[in-house]
Amino acid sequence: MTGARSLRAVVIWAALAAVLAVPLAVAARSPLLAWRDPVYIAAGLAGVVALGLLLLQPLLAGGYLPGLRMRLGRRVHAWVGAGLVAALAVHIGALWLTSPPDVVDALLLRSPTPFSAWGVIATWAVLTSALLAVLRGRLRWRLMVWRLCHIGLALVIVLSSVVHAMLIDGTMGLMSKVALSALVVAAAVKVVIDLPLIGKMHRRVDRQPPPA
Amino acid sequence: MAQALKARRTFLLAAATTAASGITSPLRAQGLAPTPTMRGGANNYLPGAPLVERIGGGGFLMTGTVRRAGDGAPLPRVRIQIWAHTTEGHERDPHSHGATLTDANGVFRMEMPQIIPAFGQAHGHLAYDAEHDGNGFETVFLRPVMRSASDTRLSADFVLRRA
Repeated sequence: MTGARSLRAVVIWAALAAVLAVPLAVAARSPLLAWRDPVYIAAGLAGVVALGLLLLQPLLAGGYLPGLRMRLGRRVHAWVGAGLVAALAVHIGALWLTSPPDVVDALLLRSPTPFSAWGVIATWAVLTSALLAVLRGRLRWRLMVWRLCHIGLALVIVLSSVVHAMLIDGTMGLMSKVALSALVVAAAVKVVIDLPLIGKMHRRVDRQPPPA
Repeated sequence: MAQALKARRTFLLAAATTAASGITSPLRAQGLAPTPTMRGGANNYLPGAPLVERIGGGGFLMTGTVRRAGDGAPLPRVRIQIWAHTTEGHERDPHSHGATLTDANGVFRMEMPQIIPAFGQAHGHLAYDAEHDGNGFETVFLRPVMRSASDTRLSADFVLRRA
């Protein structure tokens, strides 16, 4: 690897780390935290973490991150997906501990707050997506069918999560929330445009140069 | 001007909440519809909150009116229970709850700590619970939302129907 390339890799990873860390840091300093107990604080931060993981997913799927090109990137994509499910479980579980009736209303789609319905839509799409990923080997779907389902679910997850986040008056700072949301949408759109929908993946993977 | 705007906003809120304003003509008031319970209104309700001078240290004002469905007559000595997520506690905390009675004009006012956003919106909860009031109207739960988290007052109006 040349010096210029490794410098580029360092810059990309540093920028990504900042993009993920700044919204968390802003949320962790929110004045609202003074009036929340630790469980409620954890619930909010888990939501911020989940939004950050949503930025990682398309970057990994598209092989855009230096050192995590296609094959390794896909494996990390699966792990980050598992992390997303875990973050969601903490988010919803801790909110339930904080106010069970509000969470029950949200899950039954009878909440007075529209943002919670978007959150529930995103949750079901994440769970469906995770289930399909786990069952992928057993399902034996054609690559194109599987990929169309996965991308469709991913777009639902991204859009409903962003709407969910934007409608909430919570611990996230407005600027960092808008910026992170915009990046999540942009990354998702880019990977959908870049990826061949009609399975040419294997050839693409094979064309990758061996790791330096 | 700001005062007038605020008064107008309050007026509009009252109109929106009860589908009729507090100064409708007697003719129109004949058909004053009862206020329906709002979605999520009863969340974290603790029945029978004590009558209190104010909830906690105060600094935020919850106000409203209670009138009778049909003729719109103001209802005095009606017990309204109030709770919210404030600077002093979560909705579920007993000390976040308190009750007050309407005056001769059917108006209630409750000083309480500043309401802060919780579950995505800064909102309050109010209850008229038939189980804890002898006036014999049907139970109604309200969940008004603040326009801005920096507002220091919130109002909600009840139009009650005989049980």
